[in-house]
Amino acid sequence: MSLLPKSKKARRRLLAVAVAAPIVAAAAGLSLYAMGDAAVFFYSPSDAQQKSVPPGKVVRIGGLVQPGSVKKLPDGRVEFAIADKAAVSPVSYQGDLPDLFREGQGVVAQGAFDRAGVFEAKEVLAKHDENYMPKEVADALKKSGEWNRAQ
Amino acid sequence: MIAELGAFALMLALALSGLQTALSVLAKVRRSASLRGGGEGAAAGAFLAVAVAFSALIYAFVTSDFSVANVAANSHTDKPLLYKVAGAWGSHEGSMLLWCLALTGFGAAVALAGRTLPAGLKALALASQGTLGLLFIGYTAFASNPFQRIADPPVEGRSLNPILQDPFLAIHPPFLYAGYVGFSVVFSFAVAALIEGRIDAAWARWVRPWTLAAWSLLTVGIVLGSFWAYYELGWGGWWFWDPVENASFMPWLVGAALLHSAIVTEKRGALAGWTVFLALAAFTFSMLGAFLVRSGVLTSVHAFAVDPTRGVLLLIILGVAAGAGFALFGWRAPKLPPGGLFAPVSREGALVLNNLFLAAAAATVALGTLYPLIRQAMTGEAISVGAPYFALTFGPLMVACLLLVPAGPLLAWKRGDVHAVVQRLWLAAALALACGALAWMVVHPRRLWAPMGLALGAWLILGALSEVAARVRLGAAPVAESLRRLKGLPRGSWGMTLAHLGLGVFVLGAVFEGSWKVEQVSVLAPGRSLQVGAYTLTLKDVRDVAGPNYEAERGLIAVRSRGGAVSEIAPERRFYPASRQTTSQVAIQRHGISDLYVVLGERRAAAGGGDGWLVRAYWNPWARLIFAGPLLMALGGLVSLSDRRLRLAVGARAARPVLAAGAAE
Repeated sequence: MSLLPKSKKARRRLLAVAVAAPIVAAAAGLSLYAMGDAAVFFYSPSDAQQKSVPPGKVVRIGGLVQPGSVKKLPDGRVEFAIADKAAVSPVSYQGDLPDLFREGQGVVAQGAFDRAGVFEAKEVLAKHDENYMPKEVADALKKSGEWNRAQ
Repeated sequence: MIAELGAFALMLALALSGLQTALSVLAKVRRSASLRGGGEGAAAGAFLAVAVAFSALIYAFVTSDFSVANVAANSHTDKPLLYKVAGAWGSHEGSMLLWCLALTGFGAAVALAGRTLPAGLKALALASQGTLGLLFIGYTAFASNPFQRIADPPVEGRSLNPILQDPFLAIHPPFLYAGYVGFSVVFSFAVAALIEGRIDAAWARWVRPWTLAAWSLLTVGIVLGSFWAYYELGWGGWWFWDPVENASFMPWLVGAALLHSAIVTEKRGALAGWTVFLALAAFTFSMLGAFLVRSGVLTSVHAFAVDPTRGVLLLIILGVAAGAGFALFGWRAPKLPPGGLFAPVSREGALVLNNLFLAAAAATVALGTLYPLIRQAMTGEAISVGAPYFALTFGPLMVACLLLVPAGPLLAWKRGDVHAVVQRLWLAAALALACGALAWMVVHPRRLWAPMGLALGAWLILGALSEVAARVRLGAAPVAESLRRLKGLPRGSWGMTLAHLGLGVFVLGAVFEGSWKVEQVSVLAPGRSLQVGAYTLTLKDVRDVAGPNYEAERGLIAVRSRGGAVSEIAPERRFYPASRQTTSQVAIQRHGISDLYVVLGERRAAAGGGDGWLVRAYWNPWARLIFAGPLLMALGGLVSLSDRRLRLAVGARAARPVLAAGAAE
């Protein structure tokens, strides 16, 4: 009892802190924990090759859909390749492609590489802004000096 | 000519905003009523001028004046009229003009409606609103002029992105912006009160209606956008934790916290500093949203007009406005008089908890949205933060918050009685648990968490009803007495009940749809079927049809229910030649509160040879509740707003002592 402040007001203030602290701490703790788990890294095909992304790790890769690479199989599976200037990543995807998916256009795929180095996409995103170019793709292409062709 | 008139009107609005600020400040310093009247007139004039500019832009869009760069980039002669009009705010420049229209509109509303406001407070609020006007109209006029001419006008425009050509999305930005910018009034009131050094119950009473209006409009705006995503993007999702969505959700969360803390400040005179802080934060998050969305610094799946170079300017405006507001707060807030005391278990205590949870939730959303940006700026690595992060952080905080919702309104001010609350809520709790148990037994496939989510939804609904029952003394008094009390309940109380009911309805929909949604994808040749939920879909035929500005393949699909009833739906796959873009027109068949949702995909080789079409079908059970819930919440806000005690003109009466207002409750 002697540890508690004497005035009623100070005691209430202490109580308010005692209630607020766990909520704030829980929010911060959960955020840090979830951030470590849920943050998905983005690679261009050449990045992915250089840094050798381990198979099974969920990442995003982005670049241009290589012209002539799109194969639609009767079982609904689609195979295509995402390319930048230096490297090509083969992609396999089960499902319907976004309406804006086109050969030669920017695309982002989320999924993981299998042991053979084929990217098993769970999600394919084609951003629908005026330039049809996802921002990460534009940045990655700028880095590899391919931006002008992409334009 | 009309475009030049628009550009001129915009400049006039800029000058009038400056005049509004100058006259209002002078009026405050000199205590002059005529100067104050001049400031109010300038506020009304600025609104009129922006309205003229905005009309001129709409005119340019409707008449397809392609010598205006903005029209050429965003419109097309073959677009239906509605989308020509909507094109006026579909672009970066146009949307900033819409922002200015809302900003000056709210300024004019304060000038004209706030007759009973204390003169000093009103003058300062108008000065602050005028300064915001200067910043944003200046930005629009000099850095993002929607009336820019091009020397060599094209014969045809580049058209509005076809995915945006949708009636719901056409009216989505006006609601969203009215909501975003509505918080500017609250921001200005906070600045004015900080300068005056007086934040009391009366101040909170003037702030609440504006907060309610802004928050309700923002709610409607978000629902419209969400409903659009649900049926337009073609995979039946209604919330993706996309940065652009989060940008609108953060001010919503802070606005919801502000709504509740302002009640404490109004009724009990407590939490004044915190309420002012939230008032500043709500509009700061609105500006942050505008910056995030308009600058293109974030990767989003949504379409919007962006311009990175001008993003820096928006960031500077955000820094100046928010920085000034919070600096003022840091300087003046410690001098605010302390508020009334209350016991931890009390209505105030419950509202403080609500605020803690909402603020923490808003902070986690902000972190998840901004972290990729910060990380990229610091390490150059691109990352994205998706739904799993938000499910893990926002989820638990919100569940804890929602669990407490029914108890709050039943606690008395100052010192609550837990025993009495338990007595009034045990039945609701028992029934909610029973609902969960029933769901666990009846709904297949069996899930562990979903029935608990349904129990939470039922708890919110039954809790809101229990509160009404307790207020009218249902069971404790004769029925006639209860009915009389029911009629006498103030609108503010009905508003709260509706909003909390809406929350429960939303939770039911989100949990049920999220847990028991069924998806089937198949390549169908004509004559073939697929099974989704209780329905068999047979592709009868695919025909080519022509729309006003598109060509389409229309699939005719027969739907046979388990009972044998047959109906037909026709999803389309549209191609817009003007922008060389394909979109899906989803066919949605509503069954009560659930949706059968069918998308016609691309043409593919069928398994048995010959042509087939990729058909995706979803059974989205209780999906309609997801949109009905928030609409109920917005309706609750409007009903509260119509409460006589909150009506803007009645503000004068609020000068009564705090305790009298508390006792009337």
